[in-house]
Amino acid sequence: MKLTGAQILMKMLKEEGVDTIFGFPGGVVIDIYDELTKTDIKHILVRHEQGAVHAADGYARASGKVGVCLVTSGPGATNTVTGIACAYMDSIPMVIFTGQVPTQLIGNDAFQEVDIVGITRPCTKHNYLVKRTEDLARVVKEAFVIAASGRPGPVLIDIPKDVSSTKITYKEPKKIELKSYNPTYSPNMKQLHKAVKLIKNAKKPIVFAGGGVVLSKGSKELTELAHKTQTPVTCSLMGLGVFPGTDRLWLGMVGMHGTYRANMCTGDCDLIVAVGVRFDDRVTGKIDTFAPNAKIVHIDIDPTSIRKNIPVTVPIVGDCKITLSLLNKLLDKEDLGNLKTKRKKWLDQVEKWKRTTPLAYKQKNIIKPQYVVEKLYELTKGKAIITTEVGQNQMWAAQYYHFKKPNHFITSGGLGVMGFGLPAAIGAQLACPGKLVVDIAGDGSIQMNIQEMATAVQYGLPVKIVILNNQYLGMVRQWQELFYDKRYSGTNMEHAPDFVKLAEAYGAVGLRATKPEEVESVLKKGLSSPKTVIMEFVVEREECVYPMVPAGAAITEMLLA
Amino acid sequence: MNEQKHILSILVENKPGVLSRIVGLFSGRGYNIESLCVAETMDPLVSRITLVTMADTPVVEQIVKQLHKLINVIKVYELTGSSYVQREMSLIKIQAKPEYRAEILRIVDIFRCKVVDVGQEHYTLEVTGDEGKMTAILNLLKPIGIKEIAKTGIIALFRESNGGLKDKD
Ligand SMILES: Cc1ncc(C[n+]2csc(CCOP(=O)(O)OP(=O)(O)O)c2C)c(N)n1
Ligand SMILES: [Mg+2]
Repeated sequence: MKLTGAQILMKMLKEEGVDTIFGFPGGVVIDIYDELTKTDIKHILVRHEQGAVHAADGYARASGKVGVCLVTSGPGATNTVTGIACAYMDSIPMVIFTGQVPTQLIGNDAFQEVDIVGITRPCTKHNYLVKRTEDLARVVKEAFVIAASGRPGPVLIDIPKDVSSTKITYKEPKKIELKSYNPTYSPNMKQLHKAVKLIKNAKKPIVFAGGGVVLSKGSKELTELAHKTQTPVTCSLMGLGVFPGTDRLWLGMVGMHGTYRANMCTGDCDLIVAVGVRFDDRVTGKIDTFAPNAKIVHIDIDPTSIRKNIPVTVPIVGDCKITLSLLNKLLDKEDLGNLKTKRKKWLDQVEKWKRTTPLAYKQKNIIKPQYVVEKLYELTKGKAIITTEVGQNQMWAAQYYHFKKPNHFITSGGLGVMGFGLPAAIGAQLACPGKLVVDIAGDGSIQMNIQEMATAVQYGLPVKIVILNNQYLGMVRQWQELFYDKRYSGTNMEHAPDFVKLAEAYGAVGLRATKPEEVESVLKKGLSSPKTVIMEFVVEREECVYPMVPAGAAITEMLLA
Repeated sequence: MNEQKHILSILVENKPGVLSRIVGLFSGRGYNIESLCVAETMDPLVSRITLVTMADTPVVEQIVKQLHKLINVIKVYELTGSSYVQREMSLIKIQAKPEYRAEILRIVDIFRCKVVDVGQEHYTLEVTGDEGKMTAILNLLKPIGIKEIAKTGIIALFRESNGGLKDKD
């Protein structure tokens, strides 16, 4: 069978079960685009390549499948870099296809040539420059395996123009064999037994779960562990949703803007069962004061995450879901004693922290951003898929929307990319057509990829955008207020477009609330619309996110108001 | 910090860009490279990189894990702390005024090295040995006047009694 590179690519994409591609064309990928029309793969034409990558990312996070994008060489390729770095930091499985100038021109500074493989080497899990059409099928197969297995991540494939246009006799690629790539899924049982012992003997344990639990689909096992051992649970930003936000054992998020009780618990606990986390600095605060009394069991599929930032008592390399389910089995065989009485003191203490210092704000005559998120939570019964932008809006979303299930909170955690939320919402909506998808946005961030409104409207995607408009780059302003004597340098964003008119100009619906009593009706109206909707909430300009752990302080040293 | 010298022997797939991934890992994460040697092994599909780094124990543990994580890295061995042989080769261009020639040749003899190039005013010596030997000969040659040095950096292998470079795990 004689096939061109472009035809081989389509064949491989079908074999991998790809149904949606996010992309933007250009000279060197025309052959691929030409073949694309002959398949039933849905192509979503974004308005900027960064949007394509975030959309594929949102698609991957909502569906658990590999996100795919396709862009041209040069500027098309460089525009993907932020999106790729974002997916890399958050371990999101993606395959990014970039076009490249013809092989004989590579290295000549040809028109729209960049060394995208060189540029993305440090922010991809792996990447390839395909130099021969004969290698294409194998490379695509490998890329999907690498992207989705072990600790997932983005893989980039750079395809020169002649590689996609050349016709060759197609041969099925052999079963792929990656000599050295062999992630550890099953944990070491000896280590697990050690963990069981620590859990049994702990008086004040907590479970600390992160994005790894989402990625391994281990939410059920995690919840079982917590209930079985009556252990309160906290999450990193990336973990939100793996444990029900309405559960009695739920502590809320931990870290710089974590709840008082979650942060106090890490300070006071004698055991942390950390699952699928990497102890990022936003979680630990001052590292040598983090969890001073705690032994730490750390479960992660990536050995480099363990002992990278903090010393660990029992390191366990393995898939979170598999490891948790084995751990649960071992615990079933143990006599854990009467947990009700054993845990009483600890859980009472947690309850007391919760009662005395809950998340709080006072709604007066100007709309509080927290109020908007809380209302959104109520009206959607906590069932929406929430994407966020970055800044205060993101933290309020994390604090006031109580997630019940994984894959429902989609946020740029590691890289913190402003402009992530809208394209990610588009991807999530395509992955889950029947679901309500809401981007909780800031006025600054939303303008970073606002062009994707056109994409949402073109494809009839009813994503809802909730702009918490404080007319500031609020999170930076907050730091300036608290630590720079209110010198607001470069953070005033008073000049913004009229978001209602902007929505309408894009062919979407635009709504605005300026008074607290309008919040609910605007939300109701916007959420029930079958169209793409921007809801702008003109909120208290100088509201701060609390609690806040100042950079470099211990996690238990929180500013509370 | 308890920084110590560590010799890493890294088997990698012999493909374009692999060295760049390794070097990029070191620069990107702020690890240091004292020396680096790369060449094909018996298997032309596999190369061996011998890399010397200064790091404390937790950092070297991270380095080894991070290297393993690269898709093209097949195996990483840390030689330090076990029994291994190491060699380095230097080419030393030295001023060879007539009054010093006898002295130079005496040193060449003692250190069992070779004169590989002779000119009006200079000799070029080829020296092979471990670090101790290199330091010793350089100390002796310095007063005579070293013009230029080219070093290979360290290459090393486990001693065979250790099971050689077979899988230990
Ligand atoms: C691309 C990018 N540039 C800069 C930043 C730094 N930054 C973090 S939060 C923030 C303010 C965001 O403002 P806005 O979207 O209005 O959100 P708010 O904090 O006001 O809710 C900035 C500038 C970033 N995270 N991403
Ligand atoms: Mg703002």
